[in-house]
Amino acid sequence: MALTAVFFYIFAVLAVVSGAMVIIAKNPVHAVLFLILAFFNAAGLFVLLGAEFLAMLLVIVYVGAVAVLFLFVVMMLDVDFAELKAGFIKNAPVGLLVGGTVLAELVALFMARGFGAGIAKAPAAVMPTAASGISNTEALGRILYTKYAFFFQGAGLILLVAMVGAIVLTLRQREGVKRQSVPVQNARDPATAIEIVKVPTGSAVVPSAEAQR
Amino acid sequence: MTSFLTGLGPIYPEIIIAIGAMALLMYGVFRPETDANAEATGWLGVLVLATAAMTVALDPPAPASLFEGAFVSDRFTDFAKLLVIAGSAFALMLSFDYFRRVKSLKFEYPVLVLLATVGMLIMVSANDLITLYLGLELQSLALYVLAAFRRDNVKSSEAGLKYFVLGALSSGMLLYGASLIYGYTGSTNFTAIAAVAQGKAAAESLGLIIGLVFLLVGIAFKISAVPFHMWTPDVYEGAPTPVTALFAAAPKIAALALLVRTMHGAFPGLGPQWQQVITLLAIASMLLGAVAAIGQTNIKRLMAYSSIGHVGYALVGLAPNSPEGMQSVLIYLAIYLVMTLGVFAVIVSLHRKEGQVVEIADLAGLSKTNLPLAFALFILLFSLAGIPPLAGFFAKFYVFAAAIKAGLYPLAIIGVLSSVIGAYYYLRVVKVMFFDEAKDKLLPVPRVPGMIVVAASVFVIFFAVFAGPVVDAAAAAAKVFKF
Amino acid sequence: MIYLAIVFLPLAGALIAGFFGRLIGPRPAEIVTTGFLIVAAVLSWVVFVRVGFGHETARVPVMRWITSGDLDVSWVLRIDTLTAVMLVVVTTVSSLVHLYSIGYMHEDEHRQRFFSYLSLFTFAMLMLVTSDNLLQMFFGWEGVGLASYLLIGFWYKKPEANAAAIKAFVVNRVGDFGFALGIFGLFFVFKTINLDPLFTAAPSAVGKTFNFVGYEVDILTTLALLLFMGAMGKSAQFLLHTWLPDAMEGPTPVSALIHAATMVTAGVFMVARLSPIFELAPTALQFVTFIGALTAFFAATVGLVQNDIKRVIAYSTCSQLGYMFVACGIGAYTAGIFHLFTHAFFKALLFLGAGSVIHAMHHEQDMRNMGGLAPKIRITYAMMLIGTLALTGVGIPHVAGFAGFHSKDAIIEAAYAAHTPNNYAFWTLVAAALMTSFYSWRLIFMTFHGKSRAEPEVIKHAHESPPVMLIPLGVLAVGAVLAGIVFSRYFIGHDYQAFWGKSIFEGPNNHILHDMHNVPGWVGWAPFAAMATGFVIAYVYYIAAPWLPAATARAFRPLYLFLLNKWYFDELYNWLFVKPAFWLGRFLWKKGDGAVIDATIDGTAAGVGWMTGKAMRLQTGYVYHYAFAMMLGVAALVTYFMFQGGGVQ
Repeated sequence: MALTAVFFYIFAVLAVVSGAMVIIAKNPVHAVLFLILAFFNAAGLFVLLGAEFLAMLLVIVYVGAVAVLFLFVVMMLDVDFAELKAGFIKNAPVGLLVGGTVLAELVALFMARGFGAGIAKAPAAVMPTAASGISNTEALGRILYTKYAFFFQGAGLILLVAMVGAIVLTLRQREGVKRQSVPVQNARDPATAIEIVKVPTGSAVVPSAEAQR
Repeated sequence: MTSFLTGLGPIYPEIIIAIGAMALLMYGVFRPETDANAEATGWLGVLVLATAAMTVALDPPAPASLFEGAFVSDRFTDFAKLLVIAGSAFALMLSFDYFRRVKSLKFEYPVLVLLATVGMLIMVSANDLITLYLGLELQSLALYVLAAFRRDNVKSSEAGLKYFVLGALSSGMLLYGASLIYGYTGSTNFTAIAAVAQGKAAAESLGLIIGLVFLLVGIAFKISAVPFHMWTPDVYEGAPTPVTALFAAAPKIAALALLVRTMHGAFPGLGPQWQQVITLLAIASMLLGAVAAIGQTNIKRLMAYSSIGHVGYALVGLAPNSPEGMQSVLIYLAIYLVMTLGVFAVIVSLHRKEGQVVEIADLAGLSKTNLPLAFALFILLFSLAGIPPLAGFFAKFYVFAAAIKAGLYPLAIIGVLSSVIGAYYYLRVVKVMFFDEAKDKLLPVPRVPGMIVVAASVFVIFFAVFAGPVVDAAAAAAKVFKF
Repeated sequence: MIYLAIVFLPLAGALIAGFFGRLIGPRPAEIVTTGFLIVAAVLSWVVFVRVGFGHETARVPVMRWITSGDLDVSWVLRIDTLTAVMLVVVTTVSSLVHLYSIGYMHEDEHRQRFFSYLSLFTFAMLMLVTSDNLLQMFFGWEGVGLASYLLIGFWYKKPEANAAAIKAFVVNRVGDFGFALGIFGLFFVFKTINLDPLFTAAPSAVGKTFNFVGYEVDILTTLALLLFMGAMGKSAQFLLHTWLPDAMEGPTPVSALIHAATMVTAGVFMVARLSPIFELAPTALQFVTFIGALTAFFAATVGLVQNDIKRVIAYSTCSQLGYMFVACGIGAYTAGIFHLFTHAFFKALLFLGAGSVIHAMHHEQDMRNMGGLAPKIRITYAMMLIGTLALTGVGIPHVAGFAGFHSKDAIIEAAYAAHTPNNYAFWTLVAAALMTSFYSWRLIFMTFHGKSRAEPEVIKHAHESPPVMLIPLGVLAVGAVLAGIVFSRYFIGHDYQAFWGKSIFEGPNNHILHDMHNVPGWVGWAPFAAMATGFVIAYVYYIAAPWLPAATARAFRPLYLFLLNKWYFDELYNWLFVKPAFWLGRFLWKKGDGAVIDATIDGTAAGVGWMTGKAMRLQTGYVYHYAFAMMLGVAALVTYFMFQGGGVQ
């Protein structure tokens, strides 16, 4: 258990520090890399809790997909960070003051009043132990489609909205872009493809408007 | 199978709208992209909403809960859902002419409105922190997209982005609060939380109270209560007008219903604590709504501050934590919905050849160019200002009466004072319409918004006559909660 | 039904003449109002006989009025002997005044309005006298005040009339304030303002006190005094009397109706009506006696030197009201009401007679410009003589006489029997009687006898009034002659208890009506002697030696001026109240309104504008500002709960 505690503190401290570094880092690429580090530490915390499936999900989805996407975006967009930083430096004292105050208050509160503060907690569902033969993943699966079916479907709707929204906001049907249409190509025959023009001697050939397109 | 389906009775409205949204999505995708088809999708969307409303209306009044208590349905949710669906449906109807004029009519619009409505209905029925969050996010995400719907319009994009960023921040706070609450009570279910969070122990558990505060902050952002309102004017101004109408109507009601349900369902034992927060929010909202509106020149921004102020008045009814207060909140929401939709129906209709009219100065002399419209706006604004015998007066009357009955005199006095200040800016619009030099003629009012304007004006004028059913329904809905 | 008819016929007349007067024209309006009033008067006499001699009392519910908490007020007509007497007085005099006005006002273009006001006044007065609760009484009380304001200011183009109307209204407000306070107080103490429950509950409050700025004050005395304050205003008693002489600016029939027979007697009526309360507050009664005696004396002295014919009668009225209050103050309520009853006849007669004189003299009111009118207007002269004989109380002691003889002398005898300190009440009243006699005869002599001092042109056209004006005079003269002889037995004689029934309450130790018949013989002769002396002096001054008044005035110049200027009350009030009020008004207007209120409102507007500017400046459009604002909100809420400790219950 002592080892668990050691690792907990390592992961926790690293997570907080890298979270702070995301904000402080001068180079945006560094900021995203720190974000990835924070995700890894969070995944480590999940492992310590025995939720290995969630840990893997975090690594695969957030690190593998989301953070990498961030990295692409940051690299592709040429954001003038120096300009943003100027505002940051200017406003940092006030922000720090307020943020610090809230933090100090919360810390003081939890230090003074403890965490439990005498409320009888509702009985929590029993976590399946390794001995029961049910793995963490299986346990999640068992409740995800039964007890939490509603939440699952709700989350699905949210993703649907996200998808529809992304398409609505970004998909453009540009005018004047040439596209390949296989059925149209296959449907072409000489009648539509060529035009026979009788050219009188001594005059130029002017293609019809149809043929020019 | 049958029993499974009948067992889902209480959630039929949500299912109908969700499936309807998906069906409309398919319908829209596989039809040619023409304005006519997009509008047809829209009217089908209205039909879906109407069907859902019927389902709500036919919902048995007995309280029911689903999914291990995560989703509840009772008279209160029925009342709120009817208002939400009505708000969405009418806002949707307002959109067609507007988007055709600005050449942005798309079939995705009704789909997103329907999905947002599902989110709102889930919020109304939420009896679990997870349900709460899911509903809130479903609604918010759809609304972010709607705010930016005119993607080629800088202001619209800006509005969507601002709303999204700030909304994410508020979601973060809400989740932080939810996690604290879960941590201190050991459950996400409201009923279970209520069983634990009561008595002296809960009142002394600052962690729980801080969690409650963060949760309240998240919800306060959604109802744009001061000081979590900052997004409102910018988003209202930037978003396409029909979207603004939707923002001002349906989500406000859903979020307030959610607030009521959360406070009464999960934290009846912490009444004195959340009442203080609500009181502070109410006072700040009423005052800021009244004061800041005076300086506005854009009528949509004006309505943004107006809605901030009205949320403050609605919170006045919530602060006493009494049956009368609850009833008064519901009456307030019903009346507010009608007034807001009416005003926005007018605003949506204000078009010139050059484009949409959004400046108050553009309304100059409206009484000379379009007297019926000016008169309707006059009636609706007076009602918003709370001038008797219009509906808005009764709305305010009920909440102030509830506050006074509970002995919250300062709250009632501040409310009345801010109503007086607030009346000024409504009157200013009326003055501009009736006494200033006329400008160019507006384009004629389209049929659908015109009918909504007429209906809203009639309701507002004659509310006193048929207030009975609304008041009774609100009373029945308020009985759901024990005090 | 008959009761309702009496009360509502005048209202109907007022409404018809008021709203349709222009439509139907002046003559129909006159006929309708006068006709209705005459019907009401006849019915009133029927009621008087039925109630007074048939001992038939009644409560006629009209409608439920106000119900709020303990307050439950219904509009009920209370009919008993006291009401019946007042009904007779009010409707009789009013109908005669209506009739008289047809002649007196025939040159006025706005006669419909005038008759409408007259009928409205009558209705309000009837409301007052039939009231079954204090709210109803207050309604009537204010109603007559309003009608009186309208009637005094009837000739609204005359600045004096307007000023007088306003003065009457304002001075009455002072009294009404006390009356209203008294009603509030009664409600506060007894939780009801209906008369019967009040009277039942009143004895329980005897001797109870309440603490007022450190003093233990008797409840009933305080309430009675507050109520009497209202009576003082309405009945023009000392200190609050100043409006009555000025009210003579109104048309003369108005003076006869309102300022002689009816409205000004409302105070006396009220004290009599509330006798069950006043009887329990002896201190208050002493005060009533004192004020009454003082007024009787004071008004008589002022009356000695007035030159305006109507003002003389007005001060006389004031003085006679003092008599009535003395009667009430010493417990002889019935004597007070009896005097009220007889006084109504002869004083209305005098006023209408004076009106007839004024009419004859083309609206000349100053007696110095009259004289020698007797041959010109014989009937009026005769009527005025009868009125004067009645007022001065001519009669053979212990036998019979004119109306005033029976009622006034009864009060004087009662005042003796009451044994006030040093018999002051008795002696002041006797002195007042002497002066009454003097100024009454002075009026007669200056107006009708001697050489004419009027313009020859006026004298030439002086003419007798038309019959429509003389008939009312005749009727009133009959009353002035006979009212005393016929009714004294019932009002104050040995049948009085049967006559009044329960309408007047006398405490168990109140034997004043019995005692007053057992006073020494000379007491009965005293007023007679005073009256005779007054007559002789007047005769010497104005017939035998006409140079004497001027010589006396020169000899006692300060006293003369003091009386001529009505004890300088108007000047005193002007200096004490009116000027400071004007100053205060100007101050509030210039400094208060301008500097404080306007500045506050402007300042508020500016403040709101300033805040609007701030709020708009905060709305920068930067997302991070918005986010920061949200964080500030969170921080504020968290801090709030940290310092609250969360433990708020």
